[in-house]
Amino acid sequence: MKTLRQALVITRKDLRAELRTKETLNAAVSFSISVLLLFSFALDPTPDQTAEIGGGVLWMIFLFAGTLVFNRSFARELPNDCLDALVASPASSAAIFLGKCFAGFSMMLIVEVLSLPVFVLFFGGRIMDHPGQLSVTLLLATWSVTIMGTTFSALTVNLRLRELMLPVLVYPMLLPAMLAAFRLLTMLVAGQAIGSEDLQWLRVLFGFDLIFTCLALALADSILVN
Amino acid sequence: MTNAVEIEGVWKYYGDFPALRNIALTAAQGECIALLGRNGAGKTTLLRIAAGLLRPAKGSVHINGGIGWLGHGIGVYEELSAYENLVVFGQLHGVADPKKTATHWLERTGLDRVADALVREFSRGMRQRLAVARAFLHDPQVVLFDEPFTSLDDRAIRLLQTLFGEAIAQGRTVIMSTHQLREAMELATHVAMIQRGSLVHFGPRTAEMLADPGYLYRTYGES
Repeated sequence: MKTLRQALVITRKDLRAELRTKETLNAAVSFSISVLLLFSFALDPTPDQTAEIGGGVLWMIFLFAGTLVFNRSFARELPNDCLDALVASPASSAAIFLGKCFAGFSMMLIVEVLSLPVFVLFFGGRIMDHPGQLSVTLLLATWSVTIMGTTFSALTVNLRLRELMLPVLVYPMLLPAMLAAFRLLTMLVAGQAIGSEDLQWLRVLFGFDLIFTCLALALADSILVN
Repeated sequence: MTNAVEIEGVWKYYGDFPALRNIALTAAQGECIALLGRNGAGKTTLLRIAAGLLRPAKGSVHINGGIGWLGHGIGVYEELSAYENLVVFGQLHGVADPKKTATHWLERTGLDRVADALVREFSRGMRQRLAVARAFLHDPQVVLFDEPFTSLDDRAIRLLQTLFGEAIAQGRTVIMSTHQLREAMELATHVAMIQRGSLVHFGPRTAEMLADPGYLYRTYGES
C-alpha cells in the first residue's frame, strides 16, 4: 500500500506538471490527429480497406504517439537533478517506476480518447460496435507500450541521443504485444467481436503485460540507482 | 554514542579510474563533518554513495535514520509551485501533515510570500533556499549536502548556518562538502579531506583550522 501511495504521489506530480505545460500532450495529440488525417487523405480508404488496414494504422499511430509521451517520462526529472531527490527519498524504486508508468499510461489514454473520434470520422469503420472489447484491448495494449516505454525511458534518460534510442529499443521489444494488438484492433475496426478462437491474442497481451511488469518492477532498483 | 553514519572501505571506479580508494569514516549523532578537497577529489561521489544514489564497487555504507539530501542540482520541479514541491516531497517522505509542514518550512526559509509562485520564476538563491527546505522537511537524522553555500548571498548563508546549527544541536548528523572554508569551519565538529580519491585527513576540527581555514590545504600541499 505504501508503494502504491508513493507511486500515486509521483503520478499526480507528473500529471500536474504536464497539465501546466501541456508540452507532451500537445505534441502527442497533434501528431496523432495529423497523421490520421494524412493517412486518410493519402489512402482514401473504402469501408473494405478500412476493415483490412484500419486497426493496424490506428495502433501504429498510437504507438508512435506513445514514443513522444515516454521520451519525456524520465527526462522530466533531469532539470535540477530531481531524480536524485526522488531516489534519495524513502520512495522505493518500484514506487517511482510505477508512478511514472501510471502518468504515462494516463497521457496515452488521453491521446487515444481524443484520436478515436477523428479515426471514426475520417476512416469510418465500426470500431465502436463493441466498446467493452475495444476498451479491454486498448487498456492492455497501452499498458504494454507503457511498461516498455517507461523502462527504456529510465534506461536511456542519461543518453545524449535518448529521443532516437527510445523507439529503436522499444519497438522490437514490443513486437509480440503489437502483433496481438494489430490483430484484435483489425477485428474490432471491421465490426467483428472478439470470439473464443481469438482470445489467445488477448492472452498474449495479458501475459506480456504481466511478465514485463513483474520484470520491470524487480529490476527498477538496478535501473534507477547508478 | 551511536554512529549515525558508518562508511567502511569504500571504493568506486569510473571505468578503470578509481574515484574513491578505501574510504572509511564514521560520524556520531550531533557531529558535523566538513568534507574538503579540490574539484574532482571525490567528495561528490562519496556523498552520492552515502545518499544511496551510487553503489560502491567495494565497501559498505550504513546510515541510521532518514537522509536529507541536497546535491549540485536543487531537486525541485520547475513547473510546480514552491508549496506544491514541498507537499510532494512531504508525502513521499511520509510526513504526518505535509501541507502544514510545507507551510512551516516556507516560512522558515523566507519563501512564504512566494509559496504559490512556480519555481521556474525563482532566482538562484530562492531555489537554493527551497532546496534546503526540501532537504530538512522530513526531520532527517542525517543531512548530506554537496556544496550547499554555492550561489547564496550572505543572508542566505546565515540562514543555512542557522539551520545547520539547529540540526546539529538537536543531535542530527551533517556531512557537507564545500569550498567555502570559513563557513564550513564555523559549523564543523570534524574535518575530512579527500585528495585524488583517498582520505588523507579525518579528525576533529581544531582551533588552528578555525583561525586559518586554508591550513589543511597547505598541510597537504594543495595551496
